[in-house]
Amino acid sequence: MSVDIKTVKRVARLARIAVSEEDAERMTGELNAILGFVEQLNEVDVSGVEPMTSVIPMEMKKRRDVVTDGNKAADIVANAPATEENFFLVPKVVE
Amino acid sequence: MSDLTQLTISQARAKLRAKEITATEITDAYLSAIERANPALNAYVAITDDKARGMAKISDAKLAKGEGGSLEGIPLGIKDLFGTEGIHTQACSHVLDGFKPRYESTVTANLWSDGAVMLGKLNMDEFAMGSSNETSYYGPVVNPWRRSRLDTVVMPTTHQGDGGFVSAGGTRTARTLDNAQLVPGGSSGGSASAVSAFLCAGATATDTGGSIRQPAAFTGTVGIKPTYGRCSRWGIAAFASSLDQAGPIARDVRDAAILLKSMASVDPKDTTSVDRPVPDYEAAIGRPVKGMKVGIPREYRVDGMPEEIEALWQKGIAWLRDAGAEIVDISLPHTKYALPAYYIVAPAEASSNLARYDGVRYGLRVPGKDIVDMYEKTRAAGFGREVKRRIMIGTYVLSAGYYDAYYLQAQKVRNLIKRDFETVFAAGVDVILTPATPSAAFGIADEDMAADPVKMYLNDIFTVTVNMAGLPGIAVPAGLDAKGLPLGLQLIGRPFDEEALFQTAHVIEQAAGTFQPEKWW
Repeated sequence: MSVDIKTVKRVARLARIAVSEEDAERMTGELNAILGFVEQLNEVDVSGVEPMTSVIPMEMKKRRDVVTDGNKAADIVANAPATEENFFLVPKVVE
Repeated sequence: MSDLTQLTISQARAKLRAKEITATEITDAYLSAIERANPALNAYVAITDDKARGMAKISDAKLAKGEGGSLEGIPLGIKDLFGTEGIHTQACSHVLDGFKPRYESTVTANLWSDGAVMLGKLNMDEFAMGSSNETSYYGPVVNPWRRSRLDTVVMPTTHQGDGGFVSAGGTRTARTLDNAQLVPGGSSGGSASAVSAFLCAGATATDTGGSIRQPAAFTGTVGIKPTYGRCSRWGIAAFASSLDQAGPIARDVRDAAILLKSMASVDPKDTTSVDRPVPDYEAAIGRPVKGMKVGIPREYRVDGMPEEIEALWQKGIAWLRDAGAEIVDISLPHTKYALPAYYIVAPAEASSNLARYDGVRYGLRVPGKDIVDMYEKTRAAGFGREVKRRIMIGTYVLSAGYYDAYYLQAQKVRNLIKRDFETVFAAGVDVILTPATPSAAFGIADEDMAADPVKMYLNDIFTVTVNMAGLPGIAVPAGLDAKGLPLGLQLIGRPFDEEALFQTAHVIEQAAGTFQPEKWW
C-alpha cells in the first residue's frame, strides 16, 4: 500500500501536526519508503496465531480503588504554559 | 591514582569504602572532565554540578561512618528521558521546553537511594527515536572514537651533532587518527559517549529497539537491556510502552551488573513491572560457562555484512567454546520480519504516547487562532523530523480501515518471533550469541543514512528482535575493526536470566579485553 499527498495531509490532521505543502510532499516519499519496507510482513502466514497482548505472560496488576496521591493540583499545573488558579488555560473552545 | 575518572565503579567503590578517596574528590574529577570535554562531545545537555557536590557531601558523611549504599558516592550520568525532580527533563525534544518534573523516576530514585551521585542529564535522540543521536534538539553527540589509519612511515637516516646516531632509517608503522566525527549510535548516544570518554562512571539508558546495545557497541562499552518488566518504566518518558526498557551502559561487565542490581526493582507504579526478586547479578560474574549451551542463529548472517563482523562473531564462538560451552547451530526463522514489525508497533505506540504533547500541560506552546490550530502549530514546531515521521506512520497504521492490515498483523508476527526464541530455549539453549550491529560507527551526517530512513533503521537489525520478544540482551565489546573502531557482540538470554548474560559476557570480556579511545578532545 502507498499513500498520496492527500492521505498524508489527512493523517497530519489526525495527528494534529501542521504541515506545509513542502513538508507533505517530502513526507509522502518518506512514508512510502517505510510502508514499502513493512510490506514484507504480508508474506508471513499468521493463520491461527493470536496477536501479542502481553510481552511477559502475567495477570494485569490492579490497584485498589482508593485515593493514594491526592492534593497535587499545584504540582500538576506547575509546568503548564498558561494556568489560572490550578486550571490549565487554553484558547476559547465554546462560543 | 592520578585520574579518578579512570576507576571502574567496582574499583571506585572499594577505594571509597577504604576511605582512600572521597565522593567529593571523584565527583569534582568528573565535573572538571565534563567541563573540558563537553564542548567537543556534546554528551551532556544539563550539568547539575551543585546537586552533584551536595549529593557527594552527603555520601562522604555516610562513608565516613562506614555506612552507605551499594553505589555510595559513585557519579553517574542520566539519560534525559528519565524524569528527575526539579531538573531538566526534556527527552531532548523542543516540545518539552523548560520541563522540570515534580517527580522522580523509579529507576533514578533507586540509584539515589543506593547513594549514587547525579552529574547531569545526557543527550539522546529526540524521544529515543534514532540510531545515531542526530535527532536530538540539542545537536548530535560525538563519538570519542575516531577512525585511524595505519601508515608505514619511512624513517630517514639522520645524524646529529658530532655523529650522534638518531635513526638508522627503515620503516615503522604509525596509527594516525582521522578527523572525521563519528556518531556514538543511538538513542542513548550521550550515555555511551560519556561512559566511553570517562565523563561519568556509568550511565542510565533505555532501549526500545537497540538504543542501549547499539551505542554500547559503537563506543566499546557494555550495555544491557534487561527483560521487559525488570526495570520500572514509571517516570520515564514513554516512546513505545510494550518495548521500552531501562538499563545501564558501563565500562565493563561487572559495572553493568552493579548498576542493573540497583536500577531493577518491583514497582507497583508500573503495571508491567514483574514480581520477582532482583538477584545479585555481580555474583554471576566468574561462574564457569562449562556445559552451557550457546546458540548461533543462522538467520543473523545477513547480506552485505562486513567480513570483519563475521570474523568477530567466529572469535566470540571460539572464546566460549574454549571456555567449555557447547556451541549449537539454531534457527530463528522469523528474524527478518522483526524490523518491519517493529516499524509498525513502535510508531503506533509512539503516536499514542506522544499525543500528550499538546501545548496545554507542559512544555512548548505556540499560539493559534483556536485550540486545534494551537495544537497543530505547537506540535509542528516542537517535534523534529524523525519524531513527526514516526507519529505519522503510527497514526496511519492505526487509522480506520488499516488497523487489521498493519498493527494486528505486526502483533501476530511478534508472537511468532517470540515463539522462535521459546522453541530454542525449550531445546536447552542457555544463551544466544550474535553480532551487536551490522557495522562499526559511521560518520555524522552520513549522506546515505540521511537520504533513506530505512537505511538508518537497519542499524537495529540484530537488536530489535530482543525487544519484540521482551528478552534480555547484552552488548559487550569484542574487538576493533581495521580502522581501529570498536565492535561488539550481543548475547540474548531467557526471560529474567540476566545472570547468564553477565556470566557469558564476562568470558568474552576476559578474552577480548577492554577498549579505550585515544584522547583527542
